[in-house]
Amino acid sequence: MKPQSCVNINKEWDIVGARQLGRDIAKKMGFGTVDQARIATAISELARNIYLYAEEGQICFEVIDNLPQRGMRMIAVDTGPGIKDIGQVMQDGFSTSGGLGAGLPGVKRLMDEFDLQSEASKGTRINAVKWLR
Amino acid sequence: MDEVMNLSAATYKDLLEHYIKTQDEKSLYEVEKVSKNFIKNSKTPEEIVNLHIQALSELYPNLKEDFQHSMNFLLEAMIAYGLAHQEYQQLREKQYELKTEIAVAASMQETLLGTTKPDIEGLDIGVVSVPAHQMNGDYHHFVKGKDNSLGIAIADVIGKGIPAALSMSMIKYSMDSYPEESMSPRAILKNLNRVVERNVDPSMFITMFYAQYIPSESLLHYSSAGHEPGFYYNAEKNTFTEIESKGLVLGVSPDTDYQQYKLKINKDDMVILLTDGVTECRDGERFIESEEVLDVIKQYAHLPAQEMVDQVYKHFERLQDFQLRDDFTLLILRKIV
Ligand SMILES: Nc1ncnc2c1ncn2[C@@H]1O[C@H](COP(=O)(O)OP(=O)(O)OP(=O)(O)O)[C@@H](O)[C@H]1O
Ligand SMILES: [Mg+2]
Repeated sequence: MKPQSCVNINKEWDIVGARQLGRDIAKKMGFGTVDQARIATAISELARNIYLYAEEGQICFEVIDNLPQRGMRMIAVDTGPGIKDIGQVMQDGFSTSGGLGAGLPGVKRLMDEFDLQSEASKGTRINAVKWLR
Repeated sequence: MDEVMNLSAATYKDLLEHYIKTQDEKSLYEVEKVSKNFIKNSKTPEEIVNLHIQALSELYPNLKEDFQHSMNFLLEAMIAYGLAHQEYQQLREKQYELKTEIAVAASMQETLLGTTKPDIEGLDIGVVSVPAHQMNGDYHHFVKGKDNSLGIAIADVIGKGIPAALSMSMIKYSMDSYPEESMSPRAILKNLNRVVERNVDPSMFITMFYAQYIPSESLLHYSSAGHEPGFYYNAEKNTFTEIESKGLVLGVSPDTDYQQYKLKINKDDMVILLTDGVTECRDGERFIESEEVLDVIKQYAHLPAQEMVDQVYKHFERLQDFQLRDDFTLLILRKIV
C-alpha cells in the first residue's frame, strides 16, 4: 500500500477540509497555481457529491512516484446508493445543477485520468489522477 | 505549457508593459488579437489569469504580496468559467456533428422522395416544397401514366422533423408498388390507409390529397384523406372556390372508404394544392386567412406556374421573417390549351 491521506466526508464543512489537504499535497509536489486550482475544484465536486448523495464517504490522496511520471491520485469512495446510469451522468449538461461544465464530466476534464465504478445500493468509487508536467 | 501559450506569454507581457506606460489604444487592439488567438486555441480563463500573474511578477518582482494573493483568488474564481467554456466548446462540436448527420439524411431523403415535374400536354405545372427544418414532412409526387394522364399526390405528416420525414419514405414506396395508371384516387388512398394504419405509430397521422388528371376528358378526379383543401380557379368567372372533398386522415381506422370527386377544368383554369404550412403561415402572432393566400396567388397569376409558386413562396417566407414554422408545399396546375 502506498501512503494515503484521507478525509472523511459527512458534513459540508468537510469539503473544505478535503480541498485544503488536496491543495497542500499538490503544492508540495510542485503543481502550478492553475493545476492546484483545478485539483481543488475536482475535489470539491467529488466531495460535494458524497455529501449530497451518499451522506458518508472518504476522499483519499496518493502521491504517484513511478519515475519518470509523477502525479497525484484522488480516490472518492462511499457506501451510498450508487449511480444507476453512469453513461448518462457522464454526459455534459446532465447534472441537476444544469451542468455548465461542473459535476462529474467537469472532474473528468479537470483531471488527466478518470475512472468510475458504482453499484446500486453498494456505493461509488471514483479514481482520478493528475500528472505533473 | 504549450507553444501558443509561450509565444503569447511573451507578447502579452510586452503589450502589458507598453500599455502600463502609455495607455495607448494600439496595445489594446493588439491584445484583442492575442485574446482571439487564445479562444481559437481553447485557452481557458484561468490560464489567461495565470499568464497575467506571471507577466506581472516578471515586470514587478517586488509586487505587494497582498496583490499577488488577490490575483490567485481571481484565478480560482475563473476555474468554473473555464469548465463551462470547455463544455460549451464540446457541445458545439457535437452539434456540428449532428447537423452534418442530419444534412446527410436530408439529402438522402431528397433522393429517395425525389419526383420530377412531368411534361403533360396542355398543362403548366409549378411546385415548390420547402422544409421548415432540415427534413421535409411534406411530400408530393407526380406519376405520368401511359395514357398521358397525370397522377399527383400531395401529403403532410402531422408532426414535424425527422420522424415525419421517415414515414414519408414508406408512403412513397407503397405508392411505387401500385400499378398507378390503373388505380383510381379512391383506391390509392384506401390502400395507403391500410399501410399507414399497420405501420405507423398511432400518434402519427398522414393527410393526403390524390388527384388524377385525364387530358382527353379535361377532368380532374380526386380524393382526399383529411388533407388541407385546395382551390379551384375558374378563369371564366374569375373566382376561386375551395375544392370540396371529405375523407378520414390516413391511419385512423383500417377499413376506410374514400369518396371520389371530379372537376371539369377549362382553359386558363387553375388547381391549387397545398399543405397547411401555406395556410397556417403567420404574420407575427396572427395566422393569415386563406383569402390572403389567394390574394397573393392572384397577384402573380400572370406568371408561368413555376414562377408563380416561387413568388408566392418568397412572399410568405418574407412575411415570416425567413423562418418557416412548418413545411411549405404549394402546387399549381394551369390548363393552357
Ligand atoms: N457519490 C454518488 N452517489 C450516488 N449518486 C451520485 C454520486 N455522485 C453523483 N451521483 C448522481 O449523479 C448525478 C450527477 O452528478 P454530478 O456531480 O455530475 O452533477 P450534480 O451533482 O447533479 O450537479 P452539480 O455537481 O453540477 O452541482 C447526481 O445528480 C446524482 O444523482
Ligand atoms: Mg455534483
